[in-house]
Amino acid sequence: MTGKTITITSGKGGVGKTTVTVNLAVGLGLRGKKVVCIDGDIGLRNMDVILGLENRIVYDIVDVVEGRCRLKQAMIRDKRLPDLFLVPASQTRDKNSVTPEDMIRLCDEIKTEYDYILIDSPAGIEQGFKNAIAPADQIIVVTNPEVSAVRDADRIIGLIEAEEKGPASLIINRMNSAMVNRGDMLTQDDVNELLAIDLIGLIPEDENVIVSTNKGTPIAFEGKTKAGRAFQNLAARVEGEAIPFNEIEEKMNFLDKVRKLFG
Amino acid sequence: MGFWNRGNQSKSSNTAKERLKFVLVHDRTDLSLEKLDQMKNEILGVISRYIEIDPDLVVIDIQHDGREQKLIADIPIKNPRRK
Repeated sequence: MTGKTITITSGKGGVGKTTVTVNLAVGLGLRGKKVVCIDGDIGLRNMDVILGLENRIVYDIVDVVEGRCRLKQAMIRDKRLPDLFLVPASQTRDKNSVTPEDMIRLCDEIKTEYDYILIDSPAGIEQGFKNAIAPADQIIVVTNPEVSAVRDADRIIGLIEAEEKGPASLIINRMNSAMVNRGDMLTQDDVNELLAIDLIGLIPEDENVIVSTNKGTPIAFEGKTKAGRAFQNLAARVEGEAIPFNEIEEKMNFLDKVRKLFG
Repeated sequence: MGFWNRGNQSKSSNTAKERLKFVLVHDRTDLSLEKLDQMKNEILGVISRYIEIDPDLVVIDIQHDGREQKLIADIPIKNPRRK
């Protein structure tokens, strides 16, 4: 088996990279795929809490790289999906503890037994970002429909092109359909036109994401929620299915319909 | 704003998009407005040595086409005065 390494990055922090990575992993896991998540944010690990696996960590990625344990010992198996694993980041070391070559070596080893490796890149354009994209077969850029996130996404897309790792694909996270309908939020078409890379995911803003994160149960397990369904669609698109982008269509109330008619 | 929104002028998403277009062009080319003006003036200086142009009618701008940047110049030539 030769798996695929996908790196999720953004430039700007706080756009939902870790949430996207974890939920894409769950979405792929629910489709029966064998998935390994790697937390690339050494020193600021968070994937463990988003996945709800924080109390099971013994070894981390730096232990693997420095030979204190075998790779399999650092891979934490998910409680719900038997083929979903996490390689946690170290909380006490810094990003220079791992090199791009270490990441490539690690991913080459995992690839032989798993379908997907998902790497959650840290924010920024420094060492951690370089580590995260080094082994990538595909790179996904996460942005929000607002000016600073789109600007930073453009910068990252440019860097990915310069590293000859492109073309990247795009996820727009936290779309608020009510704001889009009244013209106070960039639409998916606006963002597409500005960034000019292929859209692969459209995630609506959904309070249920915060509720599920509180509980340590990724929202992708709940396919009936708006965001949960959107993450399952994302996983299907990553697998090559052509799913229409209808995630943020919402039933318009009467007033919105009148507005649209006269808008 | 009235009962229903008229036109698109007042919508903040349009402002965001226009501002981003401007910022991205300059981010991608690493060219400030100042440098762009300087370049324009130098280009016009060279052209003026050969043909007569009206500097006020010249438009030189960076536009983007997908992820490619283009320098678009529109330089009308003054009608030659026949003597």
